[in-house]
This record gives sequence, structure tokens and C-alpha cells, in this order.
Amino acid sequence: MFAGVIHQVMSGIATGGIYASVALALVMIYQATHHVNFAQGEMATFSTYITLMMINAGLPYWVAFFLAIIVSFVIGVAIERILMRPLANAPVLSSVGVFVGLLLVINSLSGWLFDYTIKQFPTPFPDRPMLGGYLSGHELGSTAVTLIVLACVYAFFRHTRLGLAMRAAAYNPASSRLVGVRVGWMLALGWGLAAAIGAVAGCMVAPIVFLDPNMMSGILLYAFAGALLGGIDNPLGAVLGGFMVGIIENLGGAYLVGTELKLTLALVIIVAVLTVKPTGLMGRRVFSRV
Amino acid sequence: MSMKRGTWLIAVVVLVAAIWPAATFSSYHLFQLTMVAVYAIAILGLSLLTGFNGQISLGHGAFYAIGAYTTAILMTTWDVPYWATLPASAAVCGVVGFLVGLPALRLGGLYLALTTFALAVAIPQLLKYKAVDAWTGGVQGLVIDKPDAPFGLPLSSDQYLYLFTFAVMAVMYVIAWNLVRGRIGRAMKAIRDHALAAEAMGINTALIKTGTFAVSALFTGLAGSLGAIAVQFVAPDSFSVFVSIFFFVGLVVGGVSSIGGTLIGAAFIEFVPNLADAVSKAAPGAVYGVILIATMFLMPAGAGGLLASLWRRLTARHPAAPDGTAAQGGPAAEGTATIEADA
Repeated sequence: MFAGVIHQVMSGIATGGIYASVALALVMIYQATHHVNFAQGEMATFSTYITLMMINAGLPYWVAFFLAIIVSFVIGVAIERILMRPLANAPVLSSVGVFVGLLLVINSLSGWLFDYTIKQFPTPFPDRPMLGGYLSGHELGSTAVTLIVLACVYAFFRHTRLGLAMRAAAYNPASSRLVGVRVGWMLALGWGLAAAIGAVAGCMVAPIVFLDPNMMSGILLYAFAGALLGGIDNPLGAVLGGFMVGIIENLGGAYLVGTELKLTLALVIIVAVLTVKPTGLMGRRVFSRV
Repeated sequence: MSMKRGTWLIAVVVLVAAIWPAATFSSYHLFQLTMVAVYAIAILGLSLLTGFNGQISLGHGAFYAIGAYTTAILMTTWDVPYWATLPASAAVCGVVGFLVGLPALRLGGLYLALTTFALAVAIPQLLKYKAVDAWTGGVQGLVIDKPDAPFGLPLSSDQYLYLFTFAVMAVMYVIAWNLVRGRIGRAMKAIRDHALAAEAMGINTALIKTGTFAVSALFTGLAGSLGAIAVQFVAPDSFSVFVSIFFFVGLVVGGVSSIGGTLIGAAFIEFVPNLADAVSKAAPGAVYGVILIATMFLMPAGAGGLLASLWRRLTARHPAAPDGTAAQGGPAAEGTATIEADA
């Protein structure tokens, strides 16, 4: 029993890392623009297909992996510049509409370019149990990759001038503009980073759930739940929330509701957080003056 | 045009729209038109909630599924006649909608969209759940019989089903029409436009919002029942998140707060995939997506809003004031009276 629980917690951390990355990508866009990117999952799936295409073309895994991250970054920046820029002050319905449209377009693009059959995705990590049999090689490797990504993002925002400028642009666009920060490009950069993080998450989850155009829809849901649980305006909170959702999902799936209702668990978390503590665990309470 | 002549015109158009296809169309085309009527009711429900009350739902496929399953279960497990399942499913969906509406009270625009989206993603899993598969038929779903025309009417079952669905649709439009133009409708719109001001004017915001959610779910659930009868089959995987997304697409393309526009939206989501399917399997989604984005940029009030403002320009005695509502993507509700006749 106890060993089972540890096993579930460990693989919860492994999948939680993936939710944490997607949650981080969501929060990045939310912080800067107050939009929730419903197309985040499809964008990540598309990036994963690009990786697979390059691997099939004969490139070594890690080369394909990094190239795909760069391509995703460019796509993210392009989407922000072309589609999102004009909607900066549009009503919520317009932004939701455009995100849903984007979801549909990218989803069909994946299906059209790479067909709808379910594909296997290679893992660069050894295929044997590790850490005393608690984790598979891939789970351990993907957790490591996620942690590295999260550390890089943290270092970038904390210790580089560009990171500081991006935080400033999200926090107070008007003042940032006055001191010479190019706010528009900072938002585009945020989109690019979010797309790149999504690409990493896609490549890490694809060997587990297999690759098809709808691969990320469930994962996006867990990421939403994670982001809300941690506080949708707090990157650190979102990451912790992602890990927590991973653990809750695994424990709940194993001992509480069974694997068939795992997605419903995410729904319950979302509703519970939004009704009981809408700011999440680490979010800032926003007051508006009327 | 006097009100009386307008009403006459609408009555004639409605009768022609009911009888002409039933008399002349092939059964496949009749089935398509039946589905247009079904989607129209579903999108009408969504329009009441999103267009007239400002609560964005990306999860109305869930209510559609609940309505469809209520009808299918009643018909297969308890042998209830098809027509008697409609009030039952309306009641079930109304109650579920009310319950979903309660937490929705605390969620502003984006969060509600997110939560309902989560509901839409989760619903197929709930329908497959083992504890209920004695009723729901699990992954296989349920097959139901197509009703025949009653009283020995000389109609094929497709003809009868079309007329039946059309009649229900007509009733639902009249209800929605009166709801929106009455006191409650004004309260709904006031909450959408400025919740705080609405509350200050003595509108019970919580009651109206949850009530609207219930009515909206009732409409969409009823559409689900009619859809299940028309398709004669329900299964969890036919109620994926894309059903909800397609309703949303239809709503936006038709015009979020345009009663008549919902018909355009319904025709759009029924016929565009058929046309696009000829190109490739992926084409319908891409076409939907591109048109959705284009609508948001080019005509945020949707086709209904556009037609309504054109009509107003045509019928205006003296040059109308610049039409701000269409340009802002805001409601074009006042103009919807006139486009009913276009459908």
C-alpha cells in the first residue's frame, strides 16, 4: 500500500511537471495580456509533430528537439504579431473567439499535414525502471527536462535585462513604455516563450500518451486546473499548482475515482478553486474601483 | 411597413419553409434541414446566455449531450414515446443548467468560458462511466427508433420528423423572441451591458443570471433530444468538445445577440462541413476556424447583425445615425426584429 502510494506520487510528479510547464505557458500569456490561450494545447501538439517530422527526416533527437523549440518560438511570435495585436482592447468574447478559431485551425492543420492516425513518439531516455523501480527512465528524464526548463525560465526572468523588461511590460505597460521598454515586442516575446515551453511539454508527454491531433486537450485541462490552483497571475504558483494537480490526478485516479473519471477530477478542481478561492493559493487579489 | 403586414409576412415565410421542403426534398436533404432546425434551437439557447446575458459558454455541447441521453434512455429503457421525452429532457437540462449557473455567478467572462470548456472536455468521459453504463450503453451508446407519422398521416418518417422538429423550433423561437423583448430580456441585457448599474436599478442579478443559464440549457438540451431522435443514435464520442465549439462558431458567425442570426449560424455549421468535407477531412475545422477569426475581425456582430444594420439603413426614412453597435462588436439586438423574415 505504502509503496503504491509513493509510486503514484512519483509518477504524479512526473506528469505534474508537464502540466506545470503548460500552466506556466498559460500564465505567461495571461499575465501580459489577460487572455487565456485556449489554443495552447493545439500549438504544443503541432510543435510535437514538427519534432517528429524532423526525427523521421533523419535528424538526431536532441537536434530535432531544439530546432522544434526555435520553430515554435517563431510561430508564437508570429501569432501574437498578426492575430493578437489588433485585439489588445477588444471585449472578452472577441479574444475567446479568436483563440477558439486558432484552436480549430491548428488542430485541422495538424490533422491535414500529419494525418489523424495515432503515432508513437520516441523518447531519448533509457527504457528501464529507475529510482528503485518507482519511475520509468522516461518519467525521470522528462521530470528532469521540465525542471531544467522551469529553472531556465526563472533565471531568465530574474537575472537578465530582457526578463526584467518583460516583467515590467506585463506589470505596468504605460510606465515601461516611458522608460524605453518596447512593450509590444515584450508581449510577442512572451507568446514565443509560451509556445517554446509548450513544445517541450508536448515532446515530453507524447511518448506516454501517443501523438494524435487531440493529444493535448486533456493536458490543457489539467494545466488550466494547475494554473488556477496556484493562482493564474503567479508563475511560481502555477508551476506548483501543476505539480499538485499531477499528484492529485494520480492519487485520485488510483484510489478514488478510477482512471475513467480523471478528466472530471480536473473539472472538479477548477470549479472548486474558482468558487472557494478564486485567487488560487498564491494569486494576488485584484480589487477594482467603481 | 406596418406591424400587421410584418407579422403576416413572417407567418407566410414560416409556412413555406415548413411545407415546401417537406413536399419536394429528398429524405437526405430533409434530414439536413432537420439538423439545421436542431442546431438552430441549440444555438438559440447559447445566444440567450452569451449574446443577451453576456455569459460566455464554451460548453453547451454538454447540455446537448444531456438532452440527447435523457431522450435516448427514456425511449430505450422505459419505452417512453419520443414526444413525451421532450418535456422530461427540457426539465432535466433546465435543472442542470441552473446548478451549473450557480458557480457561474462567481465567474467573470473568461473564467466561465474556461470552466464550461472544461465541462465540454470532460463530458464524454462522464458518459462512458461504468457505474451508469446500464443506462447509457457505455462506449457503444444507444440506438433509438425513428418515429412514424401519427394518426395515419400520409407522410414518410423523414417528412414527419422534419415538420415535427420545425414546429418545435418555431415554438422555441417565439418563446425566445418574447423573452428577450420583455421585462426579463431587458434585465438580461442590462446585466450584460453593465452588471453594477443593473443591480443598482433593482435587478436581481443572481436570479436573472442563473435563470438565464437554466433557460439556455433547457433550449440546448431540447435540441439535443430532437437531434438524438433525428440521428437515431447517441454515443459518448459524438459529444466531444467540438460539439460545443461548433455551437460557439455558429453563434458567432450568425451574430451573438441576433435571434434571427442563429438560423444563419445553424445553417452554417450544418452545410459548411459538407461542402468542405469534399476537400479533405481536415478542411471543415480549418474553414470554421478561419471564418471564426475573420468574423471577429471583420463583422463582430455576425451575419445577423450585419443584415440587421443593412435593413435599418434601407428602411430608414432619414439618414440613420452612425451605427456604433455593429462596429464595436456589441449587441445588435434592436435590429433582430427585422431579420426574422430573412430566414
